[in-house]
Amino acid sequence: MGNLLEQAGRLRPAPENFLSDEQVKAVASGRRDFLRKSFLAASAALAAPVVARATEGDPNILTNPAWTTSLGQPVAARPYGTPSQFESQLLRRESPGLARVGGASVSFCPLQGLFGIITPSGLHFERHHQGWVDIDPSKHRFMVNGSDDSLIKRPKVYTLDELMRMPSVSRIHFVECGANSGVEWANVAVPTVQYTHGMVSCSEFTGVPLKHLLDDCGVDYKKARYVLAEGADGSSMTRTIPMEMVESGEVFVAYGQNGEMLRPENGYPLRLVVPGVQGVSWVKWLRRIEVGDKPYATKDEAVHYIDLMPDGQHRQYTSIHEAKSVITTPSGGQTLLDKGFYNISGIAWSGRGRIKRVDVSFDGGINWQTARLEGPIQNKALTRFNAPWVWDGKPALLQSRAIDETGYVQPSYGQLRAVRGSKSIYHNNAIQSWKVVESGEISNVQVL
Amino acid sequence: MSRFSKSILSLAFAAVATSAFAFETYKGIGRPATPAEIKAWDIDIRPDFKGLPKGAGSVSQGEVVFEEKCASCHGTFGESNEVFTPLVGGTTKDDIKTGHVKALASGDLPQRTTFTKVATISTLFDYIQRAMPWTSPKSLQPDEIYGILAYLLNLSEIVPADFVLSDKNIADIQKMMPNRNGMKTDHGMWPGAPASKGGIGNGGKPDVQAKACMKNCKTEVLIGSIMPDYARNAHGNLEDQNRNFGPVRGVKTGESTVSAPKNSPELEMATISGCMACHGLNNKIVGPGYNEIQLRYKDQTDAEDRLSRKVRAGGQGAWGSIPMPANEHVKDADAKTLVKWILSGAK
Ligand code: HEC
Ligand code: HEC
Repeated sequence: MGNLLEQAGRLRPAPENFLSDEQVKAVASGRRDFLRKSFLAASAALAAPVVARATEGDPNILTNPAWTTSLGQPVAARPYGTPSQFESQLLRRESPGLARVGGASVSFCPLQGLFGIITPSGLHFERHHQGWVDIDPSKHRFMVNGSDDSLIKRPKVYTLDELMRMPSVSRIHFVECGANSGVEWANVAVPTVQYTHGMVSCSEFTGVPLKHLLDDCGVDYKKARYVLAEGADGSSMTRTIPMEMVESGEVFVAYGQNGEMLRPENGYPLRLVVPGVQGVSWVKWLRRIEVGDKPYATKDEAVHYIDLMPDGQHRQYTSIHEAKSVITTPSGGQTLLDKGFYNISGIAWSGRGRIKRVDVSFDGGINWQTARLEGPIQNKALTRFNAPWVWDGKPALLQSRAIDETGYVQPSYGQLRAVRGSKSIYHNNAIQSWKVVESGEISNVQVL
Repeated sequence: MSRFSKSILSLAFAAVATSAFAFETYKGIGRPATPAEIKAWDIDIRPDFKGLPKGAGSVSQGEVVFEEKCASCHGTFGESNEVFTPLVGGTTKDDIKTGHVKALASGDLPQRTTFTKVATISTLFDYIQRAMPWTSPKSLQPDEIYGILAYLLNLSEIVPADFVLSDKNIADIQKMMPNRNGMKTDHGMWPGAPASKGGIGNGGKPDVQAKACMKNCKTEVLIGSIMPDYARNAHGNLEDQNRNFGPVRGVKTGESTVSAPKNSPELEMATISGCMACHGLNNKIVGPGYNEIQLRYKDQTDAEDRLSRKVRAGGQGAWGSIPMPANEHVKDADAKTLVKWILSGAK
């Protein structure tokens, strides 16, 4: 098509030029009905795009495009709406070589192009251990029992019909896989924020506080200090959750996500929500809760999701995500278009509560300035931050640092590794750095 | 407001107030689980072996089952790295004595196998029973699982070749697991009661203590690691993983794989030339839809020439009394391209 501004054209003709000599005569002779008809055509032509000379300006302005001068599509043309045809780039993607089989793998959320704090349900990261299933809700059952009869008065079974009759809560929380940023513990390994941080997503979940259900079953809270959550899929994934969290009212059994039912990949029709705790505990396709008096040492808390420390010991039952943040725009694998103003934008979160402050640095952490937080700032939810930056065309190192309401400060790689070494796999919450070079290309680097 | 409606209102308030306290039981919601239902689903096994089914299996029995049902993915000796990390390997006789897998500290392990990590054999029983074989989980009988575990224990040189594992001796075997002392819980990342109150961990005290310095925080920036070249291009074309508008673009790191739905060049030309304002691809606007034009002229060999001339000159009468204005800004050749495109079913 070439450069639009170089295309020659001519000025818009006056409407009367549309009329043939005969028509002009007809108008002159006073045949008004004809004039009305041709006026219709002429006014359509007025709105019609005509190519203008380059010097006059941008043809995108001077020439009305088809969408401005035609009728759009009718309602319900797409009864379940889909993104624009021009949004085909932002997709969940696997990281090549990370997992060997798609059923026990991860797909990463394209954080580099998302706004605000809510993750579109179709872009929510995925982590399955034995594939995902699409369960018939009318056949799904939810059971509460005890490891011992003495811990519970009435083991019960609930249907979705019944759970959805109960008083519900709707809360916005982040879910982060314990292994998010895991490949970066020792060194830079992946190019973009999708792969460094894309195992975090944030949704509004709706469901029933687990406490209500345990109350309903007559749980003996004095003895039953642990809860085992179990899925209905092939893996029947299990994790131990402390009763204190259930008693706080924070843990709930969710069926809703972002205004609709959960997506199958996210546990349809029922999953556990354990705010601030790593995703593996948010058991999907939840079919059972067992109350117990001891932790369970399940596979995903005795073989995986254990953090290897430099002394060769593994930390077991690590669950909470400590404060973390990352600049999503601009970020690794992107290029700045030109010098000048940019809005630095990113996300921050903490498993211990609300984000209190986020600082950003453009010089690799020598100097910091406080970013603007977009409210309302919610408990154990993503928080969006923004900061102005004028790029002078010189190399820069962009960083963000989150501070949560407990006063905890997100550490640098140097600080984190000094305590935990570099083999942990899990719970890497180090400060992420993006290097900007003169060409505008941005890459992933680690500042100690 | 009348007295009457006021009293209705206060009644309603009273109802709300009491209902807030009426949630101890949810009438009509849920039903008791039957013993058979609980038995069917309650398959978990704890480290104290609560939940363990009775049974027994020998190393040689386990070898047969493993070969048949597990080896395709995990290798005959549980050593395969094809589908998942190896199950066995990396542990020594000495580790069995100490209960610490030494290679975890020394960093000599190329890969952490299941047996280098797991402290509790209960975990493996529980997991194999609920989740393996991967493609047909929950299909194994307890005796088969005892046998498989006996076989894996033998491969790890924890039990001899004639060993029979059973619900009677499994607790003793747990005391021989090579990494049984390899777990610690003295961290701040357990969200429940701390060990001092009968729970786990230190009650949430973080192990890493950073400070939020704001100005002149250091004299130099130490770069620990940069993006290796091979990794830069290992995730496909990053250009295709970012929008093609907005503040930034993705870096081109390979051939484009996106066949983004693009308008045909002819449609672009028709749009720029202003044709689309009056013609829809499949609908009439001011002039006829291109589909109608194609239909009318599809069998006329001279249509292409005639219509191209008409596009530039404008005219009326073929479709009604509304005229098409002259389109002199469209070059002769372009008018021909456009008409050809229309007559071949514009898309
Ligand atoms: C079709 C392939 C396949 C077969 C057959 C299979 N497995 Fe697995 N196994 C896997 C995969 C994949 C995983 C990892 C699952 C995950 O990510 O949680 C796994 C995990 C395991 C684990 C946990 C290892 C760890 O470190 O987490 C054990 C133990 C195991 N399998 C034992 C068995 C046994 C015993 C059998 C035969 C009865 C078997 N598997 C058959 C694919 C298979
Ligand atoms: C201002 C509205 C308008 C614009 C702009 C316009 N057309 Fe038309 N077009 C019409 C009308 C009205 C007719 C029907 C004329 C008739 O009845 O002969 C028509 C007819 C046609 C026909 C069929 C002619 C026939 O004899 O059947 C073709 C082919 C055509 N247009 C192509 C184009 C192309 C190509 C462009 C862009 C370069 C274009 N038109 C721009 C209004 C327009």
